[in-house]
Amino acid sequence: MAALLESLLLSKVELSEAVLWLRGQHVCESQNFPFKFSKEEFVPFLLNFLRDQSSQTLTHGPTTPAKTPSTSRSVRTQDFSDRRGNKSTPIQTSRSASRVQLFSPAPSVSPVSGRGEQETPFTGSHCLSGVSALSSPSFSSAWSPAPRNTPSERRSAQRPSLGDFMTSPPEAQQHRGRRRSGGFGGCASGRQTGPRGAVSEEGVRWDGGGRRSRGVGRIEPVSPPTQVQLNFNNLEDFPPVGAAQSPPVATKPSRRINPTPVSAERPNSKPKSCFISTPLSLPASPPAIPESAGAKLTAGSPHSLQEERELLRKERSKLAQQTSSPLKTTPVICTPTKTVHRQGSKVTPDPQSPCPDPNKVTQKSELDLLAELYCTCISENLVPCVFLELFFVLQLLTSHGVSVSESGEEAISFCEDSPDVLEKAYLGNVHNCVYFSVRVLENQFELVSHLDKCTLRLLSENERVGTFSSSLKDHLAQAQENCTAKVLPSPPMFVHSVPFQPATDNRSNFSSDRAFHTFKKQRDVFYGFLREWEDSHKEPGWDFEAALGSRVRMMVSQLTAAGSHSHFARLFQKQLIQMCKGPCVLGSSSDAPDADLLGMLGADSLGRLKRLQQRLVQPQGLIGPCPPPSFPGHQEFFKCFLQTASCCQLNQHLKDGLCQQLLKLDEVSILGPDASPARGEETGDGDMEQQDEKQRFSSVLLTARLLAKFLGFISFLPYQTSELPSRDIQDTAITLRSKSSPVLDVCAVLRSSVHRRRTILTVPWIVEFLSMLDHIGPLLPFYRTALCLLLQIYKRMLLGRGGELCYMNQLLMVAVLGWLFQIPIFPEDLFFSTDPKEEVKELENITSSQGLDTLPLVDQQLLYTCCPYLGEFRKLLAAFVAGSTSKSGGLIRKITPTSAELRGPSTSRSQQKLQVDLEQAFFHNQPPSLRRTVEFVAERVGSNCVKHIKATLVLELVKGGEKTLRDSLGLEGVNTAKLNDSICAQLCDAGMQALETATRFCSENAPGAVRVLLPLETSPSVLTTAESITTRLATEKACSWLSANITTLLKREWKSAFGRVMKSVPSSVSLDAEEGEGSSRSQQVQKSTSGLSAGSSCVSDCTHKVPLGSEVMIEIKEVLSVAVGPRSEEEAYTVHQIESLLYRVGQTLGCRKLLSPVVEQMLLRCTVQLACKLVSGELPLVSSAEGNKRPALLEKFLVLWSRTPSPPLHLLLSEPTLTAIFSATDSEKTDYLFLIRQLIERGLLGEEEVGTNWPKLSALSWPEESVEKFQQLSLATQFPLPSLPNHRDILQVSQ
Amino acid sequence: MMDSVSSSSATVADKSVKRMQICRAEYRVIGRFVEQLRPTRQCMKTLQTQFPHLPPSTLLSIFSQEYQKRMKRSMARHHAPDVIKEYYQRYRSEAKTRPAAPLLLELANQVDLSPALLARLIVECFLEERQASVGASRHVLNNMLREPYLIPDLLLAKHVEQCTVNDCCYGPLVDCIKHAIGLEHEDLLRDKLRETHLSFLDENQLRAKGYDKTPDIILEVPIAVDGHIVHWIESKASFGDDHSHHTYLNEQFWSYCNSLTQVPVPAVKLAVIGCCRSLGSKYGFPSKVANLTRAQNWNIA
Repeated sequence: MAALLESLLLSKVELSEAVLWLRGQHVCESQNFPFKFSKEEFVPFLLNFLRDQSSQTLTHGPTTPAKTPSTSRSVRTQDFSDRRGNKSTPIQTSRSASRVQLFSPAPSVSPVSGRGEQETPFTGSHCLSGVSALSSPSFSSAWSPAPRNTPSERRSAQRPSLGDFMTSPPEAQQHRGRRRSGGFGGCASGRQTGPRGAVSEEGVRWDGGGRRSRGVGRIEPVSPPTQVQLNFNNLEDFPPVGAAQSPPVATKPSRRINPTPVSAERPNSKPKSCFISTPLSLPASPPAIPESAGAKLTAGSPHSLQEERELLRKERSKLAQQTSSPLKTTPVICTPTKTVHRQGSKVTPDPQSPCPDPNKVTQKSELDLLAELYCTCISENLVPCVFLELFFVLQLLTSHGVSVSESGEEAISFCEDSPDVLEKAYLGNVHNCVYFSVRVLENQFELVSHLDKCTLRLLSENERVGTFSSSLKDHLAQAQENCTAKVLPSPPMFVHSVPFQPATDNRSNFSSDRAFHTFKKQRDVFYGFLREWEDSHKEPGWDFEAALGSRVRMMVSQLTAAGSHSHFARLFQKQLIQMCKGPCVLGSSSDAPDADLLGMLGADSLGRLKRLQQRLVQPQGLIGPCPPPSFPGHQEFFKCFLQTASCCQLNQHLKDGLCQQLLKLDEVSILGPDASPARGEETGDGDMEQQDEKQRFSSVLLTARLLAKFLGFISFLPYQTSELPSRDIQDTAITLRSKSSPVLDVCAVLRSSVHRRRTILTVPWIVEFLSMLDHIGPLLPFYRTALCLLLQIYKRMLLGRGGELCYMNQLLMVAVLGWLFQIPIFPEDLFFSTDPKEEVKELENITSSQGLDTLPLVDQQLLYTCCPYLGEFRKLLAAFVAGSTSKSGGLIRKITPTSAELRGPSTSRSQQKLQVDLEQAFFHNQPPSLRRTVEFVAERVGSNCVKHIKATLVLELVKGGEKTLRDSLGLEGVNTAKLNDSICAQLCDAGMQALETATRFCSENAPGAVRVLLPLETSPSVLTTAESITTRLATEKACSWLSANITTLLKREWKSAFGRVMKSVPSSVSLDAEEGEGSSRSQQVQKSTSGLSAGSSCVSDCTHKVPLGSEVMIEIKEVLSVAVGPRSEEEAYTVHQIESLLYRVGQTLGCRKLLSPVVEQMLLRCTVQLACKLVSGELPLVSSAEGNKRPALLEKFLVLWSRTPSPPLHLLLSEPTLTAIFSATDSEKTDYLFLIRQLIERGLLGEEEVGTNWPKLSALSWPEESVEKFQQLSLATQFPLPSLPNHRDILQVSQ
Repeated sequence: MMDSVSSSSATVADKSVKRMQICRAEYRVIGRFVEQLRPTRQCMKTLQTQFPHLPPSTLLSIFSQEYQKRMKRSMARHHAPDVIKEYYQRYRSEAKTRPAAPLLLELANQVDLSPALLARLIVECFLEERQASVGASRHVLNNMLREPYLIPDLLLAKHVEQCTVNDCCYGPLVDCIKHAIGLEHEDLLRDKLRETHLSFLDENQLRAKGYDKTPDIILEVPIAVDGHIVHWIESKASFGDDHSHHTYLNEQFWSYCNSLTQVPVPAVKLAVIGCCRSLGSKYGFPSKVANLTRAQNWNIA
């Protein structure tokens, strides 16, 4: 690899040859191209080379300001076996932490190394620093062959490079992956640490993408670095070109180029390490590094970990002081930082940092060559993440580089004199960096021009771009003009709840009332959590588990008790989609327009505004274009909820639901404007349709991505571990888990989507799904295959050269895939491995000529929604302008996709195949809108038809059945159960006419609806055809539903109707049983039922202006309370008062509008009670001069009761009343008997009833005297006496 | 917001009512005053003479709510088994000496417990005493309170009746009155809506459709009141004080929001007896509503 690059740089090999080779159009064995290694080996080398080259310019070497980076590089030319030991000083280590390796492919896994690694005492330990690893002699010896058992190798082990990892076994990558993600967290926290703010910010800032971990190392020197494993087998092929793949938490290892050790067991007959051979072909200049530097390094003995940390801390504080003092020029490479604008400079130019000047660019031809190679790699998708490279390029563009100080110059000059072409600092100064960057940007202009408008503006206004290439600047400005993507304001987020849907949510969907009610309750509890989370999750110290944990679990356990997980899972899923489908980041609404505004203002104003902003708000660092998967906004709630609930039933239901929904979404059909032959004719029309379909697509895509993420989250949740398990556990887990089938057949879905050309829909959500993988996941054969498939898709997805594939579609896929390949969970050995070729053929076997991939479905908005990390470019540029990190949170605007109406397949098409074929042919020649209209109308009309039939036919039938039932119940000796069955059967038979009705309904309504919706100019025959197709489809739909469901529907309706009827006439049925009781009672009962039913409507000409029941009741209550006492002397009523009260009661009872049965009964009861109190003399009446007016009053009662249904007159015969009567005056007793007699006479009270109540009197121990008195009275009124044994006879007598 | 609401839309029966919104200060004065009152008609008279400018129904509603709160607070105190036993013993011994006096009522007033609730406790004890093994079923107990003549002990029956009839906050009669008031106001609400030609679904229609928890009214076409979108209406025939407002909000309204609506709290709660100013409820039907289709205002006051 190095040899190739070297040869290129030395013009030994033609650049064009190499480019051809990279493009795969060149046979390796060609004469001009004597290299035999694969592209997969060269690319990482090149990338690392560039990273390393620029590391000096891009990073801030805060801890080793005095050291020139080239020292370590020059070492290569020396006898490394005795020098390397010296290099492994802590200082050296910390110095070069600036760059992290991006890629460490391992084409072949050496079992030896794998085993050896396990034997390493550091395996699995994340607590060892690189430094301590260095000082441990056992480290390398344990796993590398004897000749490598030197300190120098330990050094390289401690700062691994791309090549180092090419052969490292998978677990090593896992380690690193893990650490990287860990480092990420550290990164964020590091940023917030107060006093070190400035430094750490810078550190983070330039640590985009894969290099972020190093920044962390610098920020968090205290955190224990992890051990790094190396495999030396391929070291000569992948000389670790300086760039250190340091663990995120490592102290800064040297990032200088490693001397390449010679491997004794080189597998192939490749030329020996280029580093051995290069010096021979180089000008025999002595190593540029002054011996003193080396000596200085050698002098440093390995510090202990503690000492090392101390040192770092000191260095950092020193640096912090330096950067904050404007006058002091540090030889340190200075990235644009806050210090820049703190100095009060206008915008970009840092007075201390050199202004990039095209004239100062050195080694132009080499840079051109490197740029060409690099661009080829990018455009051939040979790099794992295109956008990461773009980010790197922009970093180069915005680098501030070495300040113009002696040491910088020295470094450069020294580099230029370097004997090794690979040792030269091509990107050693800011001029070269910017030059290189601009070259790449020019080359990759198409890619760049698809970035958002704001980024383009920032880029075109970047003065460096203007200085280095005015044509690029012009192009960018032009692209910005053409960029139409708008930034829409986001609507404020509310808790939109999932609406109640009777079809799934009402009682009949639950096993029991209890389950139903529990679910209702749990739903409210769930929304309560949601609200609480919304209100408080941003408060410092708020913790989901602490605040809601126990309640969530209690809720879930209640769900378990009720068994309504499926319902809750559905609610959960729907709510999730509703709240999280959009790219909503909570609270970002205020930031976003702000960023837009700034972007629009232009660089100059932006700088000023940013500086102002800086003073007000805490800046936010860049996170690089490949952040690890996260759960932004409301997603966090759902994630935390699932984690906290940790309910396996719920998770299983959710998994089922998510899977189903995902696969459904994956199948959704999207019609593109391209599919229409009439395209171009109707631009306006087409635009709108296109927009609709696009929107539908993005809605589907976003939903699928969301669901896939959660499906992945739930599926891999049980396997998530905080650390990578040890090898043994891994193997066991792999064996175990490869036996069970995965939750979703990702490979099959992927393959089918490739075949049907639907990758644009499938790949993004599969990426989301896979991004949730646990540590073991990618090692399982199944998921490894899936990842390899994605890899192949990516490698074939050459931007701008996909034939029919749309550029934006490709861009989206490249972006999401590139992201996947960069997140920690992705096995790093995979990308540059060469083996998964076998999939290629399979992928090429595309059956469908047209699919979603060929439709222009993705726009910039969707791209940025799916890949919010693309906003990092803008942040980076804005940060450059402002001289600080940007605060912008999310410029990316959200679209609010409407939920897609999924079109179900029409049923029973097979029967009329020819008809269908004809229809298809018909639609084929028509604009797609016609088809959609027809299908839509058919769907609606069919649905309406069913509703109509439910409301009319079914209702009528049930009513008829009800009538039959009532009639039959009147007959003697009917068996109700039998009756029920026979009527039900009749109804079901009659229900069959529903199909006929449906046909009629559809043919009446469908044509009109279609006609209205189609353009007026549609030709008559087309219109007629469309109408008849619509009618047919609608009829089909309605009839198929009805034929399947009408019986069930009728049965259900009938069941409830039957129950209703039986309830309304319960007494008439029970009557049959109590035949012998006497007719008087049955009379009364029948009266009562008729009274109720008759009373359900007011008297005619009722104006409903009657006293309210409540008011009247309050009045009666008042009177009664006076009657029962205690009362004062003056509390008495006039007869007139009672009369008017009764009159009002009568009025109230007369109007049914406001009267409920409960109120009616209570009112009647009160009147009876009032009568009791009246006749017993308990109610104080104002004595009037006109004598006893009570009978007249009682007459009023009688009138009232005769008009109303079943007053509880038995109260008059109750024991307390009788007792009261006996203590009453004679006239009162007379009145009482009068009342009873009247009641009997008017048929209001059955004599039987009266008779049965008399015996009660005998049970009462009344004074003899009273009984006699009453007896007399009774006789006087010819009323039966209680003392008489046979009241029946007496009754007969009295009649 | 409340100030803009017309305060003159009175209920049909209570035409004299002119002012239903009470400022908090006055509400607090009433609250303090009713603290010492008992739920009898005599005390209600006192209350009415004290605040003659307020309609009796409003005063009753406020008192009832305050009293219920009071009862809830002292519930534990009265329901301790030994306390109940003591009440029963006291009643029993008194009943021997002076059966004609309104014993239970007096006792209730003495210990500041609702007469109806006390009657319930006593009847429960009575039944337990009579049929110790069976234990009084809820149903039997309720029936006896509703129909005191069912109580085998005539004297006790009389005393119980005295309690249930006199109590103006608890008891079967009061429950029925409350029920009636609720229904009447819902009906009034429907009338108002019909008058304003607003299309709506009421509770019964919603239940028929299978909705679980339903507000009184769901508007088929949402309206805007004072700039707030209103999607459903819940009528509460009670005085809208802070406590009741929050209780309802938590127990009922959020549930509606959860299952029914697209907009946050898009509801109007009508406190038809009156309400405190500046709560999220409205008294009476708003005079100005905006509709999707017609931007004009209706004046229905």
